[in-house]
Amino acid sequence: MHSSGFFLKDVAGFLGGYYAFMAIMNGVAALLLWRKKGQIGWTLVWTVFAGFLLVLASLALSGASDLVPALPTSVRSLVNRFSGPVLYTLGTFVLLTVLFIFRRFFVQPMVAWSILNAMLLLMGLSMADENFASIVMKPDNVPIVGLVFLLAFFTWLATSQAVVNDDRIARGLPTVEKENDEKVLVWPDLVYTELICMVAVSAFLLLWAICLPAPLEEPASSVKTPNPSKAPWYFLGLQEMLVYFDPWYAGVVLPSLVIFGLMAMPYLDFNKKGNGYYSIEERKFSYLTYQFGFFLLWITLIILGTFLRGPNWNFFGPFEFWTPYKVEVLNNVDLPQMFWVNLLDQPLPKAPSGASGLVQAGYILLREAPGLLVMGAYLVLLPPLLAVTVFRGFYAKMGFIRYMIMANLMLLMLTLPLKMALRWTLNLKYIVSIPEISLNF
Amino acid sequence: MAIGETIRSSQIWKSIFRHPMPLDRRNRIVVMLTNFFLHLHPVSIKKQGIALSFTWCMGGVTFFLFLVETVTGVLLMFYYRPTLEWAYNDILALRDVTSLGILRELHRWGAHAMVITTWLHMYRVFLTGSYKPPREFNWVVGVILLLLTLLLSFTGYLLPWDQLAIWAITVGSNMARATPFLGYEGPGQQLLTIGGIDMITDASDARFGLLGARFVGEETLNRFYVLHCIAIPLATALLLAIHFWRVRKDGGISGPL
Repeated sequence: MHSSGFFLKDVAGFLGGYYAFMAIMNGVAALLLWRKKGQIGWTLVWTVFAGFLLVLASLALSGASDLVPALPTSVRSLVNRFSGPVLYTLGTFVLLTVLFIFRRFFVQPMVAWSILNAMLLLMGLSMADENFASIVMKPDNVPIVGLVFLLAFFTWLATSQAVVNDDRIARGLPTVEKENDEKVLVWPDLVYTELICMVAVSAFLLLWAICLPAPLEEPASSVKTPNPSKAPWYFLGLQEMLVYFDPWYAGVVLPSLVIFGLMAMPYLDFNKKGNGYYSIEERKFSYLTYQFGFFLLWITLIILGTFLRGPNWNFFGPFEFWTPYKVEVLNNVDLPQMFWVNLLDQPLPKAPSGASGLVQAGYILLREAPGLLVMGAYLVLLPPLLAVTVFRGFYAKMGFIRYMIMANLMLLMLTLPLKMALRWTLNLKYIVSIPEISLNF
Repeated sequence: MAIGETIRSSQIWKSIFRHPMPLDRRNRIVVMLTNFFLHLHPVSIKKQGIALSFTWCMGGVTFFLFLVETVTGVLLMFYYRPTLEWAYNDILALRDVTSLGILRELHRWGAHAMVITTWLHMYRVFLTGSYKPPREFNWVVGVILLLLTLLLSFTGYLLPWDQLAIWAITVGSNMARATPFLGYEGPGQQLLTIGGIDMITDASDARFGLLGARFVGEETLNRFYVLHCIAIPLATALLLAIHFWRVRKDGGISGPL
């Protein structure tokens, strides 16, 4: 579905203001750089870019809907064609990995500023697409857009300080935080900062409340099920996990484990370094584990669940119309089926009719033996195996109980990406499937 | 100037503020010790502990948003009635006819913002390693507060009683019926039988306990209203007090040793 004239007329005013705001932002940046001297090159770049943004703003405000700057239709359909859960997840993983490895390059202010501009520009151009805008501008989805930009900003802020500290530590110097340990009085230094923050947050909240009405849909009706039905946005990562796991695991056990794991963290992290200052080098393992869980298994799944999952929880590209008639092939197979039927060419083991409960249970165990063995090996054999290989140092320092808790939490966290990979490659539905007691994994 | 001097030397003023204006070093210390609202703070603090680039001010902003939610929430409670007959209509009226209906916007966007600032606060505390000894337990309290923040937001989501509300809560609470052993569709519940009678049914399982009914209905609205306005805020306030107290007792805001 392409963008209609009516829609573009509605969104043009917003986009005009948006580009004008970006132009002012870059104008101010150019001015600051010019006053700093010695930055003539970058001053010119951002001045020219601000001029370009003003052109975009005037095009958007021109009143002619075909002049509103937008991504070409061909680009949009290309993005739609190639986007899918696999590319999305792997793409985010690769992107975050590249950002991490080359963090020294990306934290440079001019590089970060360029990335911010690119993100904002891409956002603006995408907003001229009706399908994209209708999802992103849903009032309850706006906070997620804010979250993405805030996370990008604060990750940059933290990483740039960590990079400086890591360099200083490598050269045997104290961290920036350590240098800054002169004491000041809380009144006025902290109290006034707090007051200014309160005023700023109040102003921001008021502006938000005035500009964006809170959503109110039709009155509740228990017979009219919306398609898709979605939980509140902060739980959409969990709802997305339902694609790969049954509700007992994705909706009950995994969230409980997340809470438990977070609480256990300070007792598992035996590394005494990196307490009270930004650092990455000194605590790479805990840093990467947290970032993996937070960004890949929480934030990107929320974004996927909110922006890219449409009717029937099907995947839709960012510029795709959410049609309820999209059909996706469901040809997922359980592991017992794969093992007994596909591999051994036998029927699934089944208790003879009239067999006692114990015999039936035995047959169920036989049927599920491949899956149970895999799970047993994963959760029972792997922790000790890791303790004598990869995690040998950890095991020595942590002791048995702490190590076992850490290893099991780690392995349980990894069940999600592993199940994703198995689904994408082998169409695996369940590893263990015992419908007799509603236990599917 | 003269009026200001008169007020400050009056008996009333002096009974409230038992010290001169905090203009010199001595009185700037005294004000922190004698003012109820300021006594949460230490008297002096390391410079890096108040650098915005270090703290992001996210804990403070989260607490401020909690206060905003409390004030706007109380005002909204004067207006909103949690019954099937009135819930939706009251919200509709807040949108269309009531003066200061913007309170609802402030409350809703404040709630979303609070979820985000809680995550960011936690992110900052992680990145600076501030959960490490001696602050382990305060991190645990923080995780419970994170959970309570999400529950506050989730229970509040139902109250407008529109399609968005009941279906979001339906989807969310459907998870509870899959609770192992305690949900009637959960693994292992078939094993909990006494004399052939199922113990766990759709009228006795975890989801029923959450909703007060087999589906999201009037009982749920009442239950979530009470949780949202009384039970969870009280628990949150208590844990916030502990959280702040522990910040001080564990040696103030974290910094390099």
